[in-house]
Amino acid sequence: MSLGEQVLEAEGLSKSFGGVQAVRDMTFAVASGELVALIGPNGAGKSTCFNMLMGQLAGDAGRVRIMGEDVTGWPPRRIWRKGVGRTFQITQVLPSFTVRENVQMALLSHRRRLFDVFGRARNAEAAVADALLQRVGIAALADRACGLLAYGDLKRVELAIALANQPRLLLMDEPTAGMAPAERVALMELAAGIAKADGVGILFTEHDMDVVFGHADRIMVMHRGSLIAEGSPREVRDDPEVRAVYLGSSLDLGDR
Amino acid sequence: MGFFLVQVLTGLSSAASLFLVAAGLSLIFGVTRVVNFAHGSFYMLGAYFGLTLVALFADWFGRGHLSFWSAILCAALVVGAIGALVEITILRRIYRSPELFQLVATFGVILVIQDLALWGWGPEDKLGPRAPDLRGAVFIMGQPLPRYDLVLIAAGPVVLGLLWLLLNKTRFGILIRAATADREMVGALGVNQAWLFTGVFFLGSFLAGLGGALQLPKGGADLMMDFTVLAGAFVVVVVGGMGSITGAFLAAVLIGQLQAWGVLLIPQSTLVMMFLVMAVVLVVRPFGLLGRPELVGGGRQMLDDPLRPTRWTFKALALLVVLGLAAAPFYLDTYGLVLLIDILIFALFATALHAIIGPGGLVSFGHAAFFGGGAYAAALLVKYAGTPMELNLVLAPPAAALLAVVIGWFCVRLSGVYFAMLTLAFAQIVWSVVFQWGEVTGGDDGILGIWRAPWVRGRIEYYYLVLACCTAAILALRHGLSSPFGYALRAGRDSPLRAEAIGIDVRRQQWAAFTLSGAFAGLAGGLYAYSKGSVFPNEMAIVRSFDGIIMVFFGGVQHLSGPLAGAATLTWLKDTLFRLEMWRLLLGLAVIAIVILFPQGIAGFIKQHLGRFVGIRPELSS
Amino acid sequence: MTPLLQLSGVSAAYLKAEILFGLDLELGDGEVVALVGRNGAGKSTLIKTVMGIQVRRSGSIRYDGREIVRLPAHAIARLGIGYVPEERRVFGDLTILENLEVGRQPQRQGAPAWTAAALFELFPNLAELRHRPAGQTSGGEQQMLAIARTLMGNPRLVLLDEPSEGLAPVIVEQMALAVGKLKREGLSVLLSEQNLRFAGAVADRAYVIESGHIRFAGPMQRLLDDADIRRAHLSV
Repeated sequence: MSLGEQVLEAEGLSKSFGGVQAVRDMTFAVASGELVALIGPNGAGKSTCFNMLMGQLAGDAGRVRIMGEDVTGWPPRRIWRKGVGRTFQITQVLPSFTVRENVQMALLSHRRRLFDVFGRARNAEAAVADALLQRVGIAALADRACGLLAYGDLKRVELAIALANQPRLLLMDEPTAGMAPAERVALMELAAGIAKADGVGILFTEHDMDVVFGHADRIMVMHRGSLIAEGSPREVRDDPEVRAVYLGSSLDLGDR
Repeated sequence: MGFFLVQVLTGLSSAASLFLVAAGLSLIFGVTRVVNFAHGSFYMLGAYFGLTLVALFADWFGRGHLSFWSAILCAALVVGAIGALVEITILRRIYRSPELFQLVATFGVILVIQDLALWGWGPEDKLGPRAPDLRGAVFIMGQPLPRYDLVLIAAGPVVLGLLWLLLNKTRFGILIRAATADREMVGALGVNQAWLFTGVFFLGSFLAGLGGALQLPKGGADLMMDFTVLAGAFVVVVVGGMGSITGAFLAAVLIGQLQAWGVLLIPQSTLVMMFLVMAVVLVVRPFGLLGRPELVGGGRQMLDDPLRPTRWTFKALALLVVLGLAAAPFYLDTYGLVLLIDILIFALFATALHAIIGPGGLVSFGHAAFFGGGAYAAALLVKYAGTPMELNLVLAPPAAALLAVVIGWFCVRLSGVYFAMLTLAFAQIVWSVVFQWGEVTGGDDGILGIWRAPWVRGRIEYYYLVLACCTAAILALRHGLSSPFGYALRAGRDSPLRAEAIGIDVRRQQWAAFTLSGAFAGLAGGLYAYSKGSVFPNEMAIVRSFDGIIMVFFGGVQHLSGPLAGAATLTWLKDTLFRLEMWRLLLGLAVIAIVILFPQGIAGFIKQHLGRFVGIRPELSS
Repeated sequence: MTPLLQLSGVSAAYLKAEILFGLDLELGDGEVVALVGRNGAGKSTLIKTVMGIQVRRSGSIRYDGREIVRLPAHAIARLGIGYVPEERRVFGDLTILENLEVGRQPQRQGAPAWTAAALFELFPNLAELRHRPAGQTSGGEQQMLAIARTLMGNPRLVLLDEPSEGLAPVIVEQMALAVGKLKREGLSVLLSEQNLRFAGAVADRAYVIESGHIRFAGPMQRLLDDADIRRAHLSV
């Protein structure tokens, strides 16, 4: 797959809850190898938009295409099989599984062994799982129970899980929320590396403006359900409307 | 026309008690997350205390209005106080246990109250006193309607209105609603939860007692009232939506009408119809008429350890136990052997149930349907096909699985308490069918003459067959949980969102597991039928399902060996106490004591305290 | 002068994980103290430990001279410690006014006395929404409600867990202003914060927590000025 091919295309996505238009006619695309940030104030509709992309939520209107195929109305598990990895805003791992088993579970699903009652899950795909853990930098934690991990490590487990089916598209909902600045940089560099090396398109939401302006190739700004600006970090930073509704003067707040 | 109207009014009057009981149940569940099985018992106590107090007050103050109605009110207050007492003495000690653990304790309370009521008021059914000036009937377009029904018809909306005022206009009510959403946060804001919980228990029990006392002039009092009203109240709460008082009212009216008309049309099937309505509502509106998705932030999260490879010390221990069991015929008499057969069969039943409760995260209240299903499959084959025992034992699991496939298809759409209630409803439907379809199933008389094949006719030979079957089945179940299938099942329990996001169809996984669990329960049922030589509808009654639940929670739901310990304990306990007078009281107290003493279950207790001697360490983070 | 809050040798565990190891911490009357550190370091756990929710704890926690380490959460709240959780945890079905009612406690000495009317002045956004169910308000409004609800208990000390987390930059500015106002009213505040800028704008002193141990304690300004300390403990 050549760099620049569209892996995700959304067209006219709309959704309203009880008369409130949460998402209004959103149209955008993500190309392979590209890091795209979706930002905006709380309640702007970012999460709703994400949930529609992942099939968690049925939209009122609009279509979603992944690698050219129309996946509108598919359930999340089918969209995953199409090659879409996802990390959650509030981490979703399997707490009673070890770190390795979390990745093994995704691999077992990828190999369609979910109804295998004879094998032993513990031994399955262990080497592949370890390689993925190595890649995201938590190989040392492989045998730890996931329910007892620190938050930053969980974010990495989620990334390893998301990579298990060799996705073409990664959707990351606030991937660095709750991390220290240095960790944020490390995680985003990791994600950027994956995007460039494997030609994965990445769409992420984020509130940390350092992360957004430091790592995104392109930024889309949502406000009250609509896209109000889109472009390079510089273009978005200088957009007066974006400053008014979202950025405020915060970039100067105690900037020491 | 008159007939039609009177029929509707009769339905409305019978909705009143149902609504009162259901509203109390719903309030208590909302705030404390306790599914109070003893709620039916509080209703029964309301009736009995009403009976006594009306008579007493009549002696003291004469037979006037004031005397009668204050007796009814006082009966409700007494029951409210009893409910508060149960909360303070028993439930308060176990709120920190895993979710639904408390219901085992409330089941113990049922048993205690049953025996106490028997002891206090005797076994015969009591006729209720008449309310002053409300004897006889009014005529509506020429059709008679008991005058007292008018009181009951008014009682529902009046109580609904008062409850609405309480919940929306008083601080206590606002706290109840807040605690229903997030009780821990209410505590962090300075509200003493213990006091709030006791208050809610008082209110809920008061309503149940009022329901029981109010229906006295119409229905009297008897010892069966607790279970009869409980099933109805569950249906009402679930159909109306857990936590919604208005929903409970609507559902009570709906069920009341159903009962009024059902009795006319198809008298044998009112129970089936009630549960069918519930099943239909839940499939269409999974959280009831006015309910909402499972309330979050309530139950205490327990974190299971990851499955670790079985240590050799544990394997050696297990082998020793099996060897000890194999040698049992050399040191046990026939009586002991029969008890051991029962224990083995229930160990298998409990292990099958545990697979769906523990790793599956779905608490089934209706697994007796599959235990009994297997037993009846074998029995019906003997009776109608005359097929040999070996074949029947092989066919019992698939027959139970077939039942589980159908029931599971409906049930796995739900989770949590709704799942539990729906399984209960289906089990009741199956039970009613067996109970009422006498021509085929023998009804209450059961099916007799299920003889074993000649090679296992002897006690000892059959014991070995049961030992072999149960050991193999339990090992198979254990392996299944460590297979990719079992892992995927656990993944769906741990985080449905994550499971779906890695391609797992959580419902399908649960459906398959439910079916498999049903099959193993069916095997246990088949073995049981041949052990006793007969089957009765009891094998699929609510009580049998509860036995399974108690075994699983006794043993410790977080431990794979828990169901074995639980099955052994309960079966032995029942066997020992059964011969004593007031055995229900003793069993109930024993159940309550075990629940309070072993909040992690018996296996959890053993693991914690004796584990280090056999090298079973609790997992700790390194 | 004895500090308002004093922790000595406090350890805590959540589920099966040990998270805090023998911490010492002090907070004077009227002080705003920030806990900084990466996520998972134990900041939120420390706040929950003071409040007595979700954790098993040991050591000594003295508040206003009184040992509270064995008290349940509601008793701690009644002594005048208010808790604003990270996830806000407003009661979604209850109106904003009803949410405030849940938080209401009698007035206590040495603490400002709040009424719903006074809080609506502090958070004007909430005033218009007073009859709306809290679940139908935005994240920023819920954060303000969570603080207002806690203030209804007339606390002397407020524990703020990650007040800026997940909020848009404009709302974060408003939060910083609100914390400043509380300080001027004479309240003491202990807050956990990822955002060093936010912490720097509101706090007098800071503790840096890492892996359940305190690595730095001192004036906020020193933490902001000294890049070496930041690099060593926060890897900023």
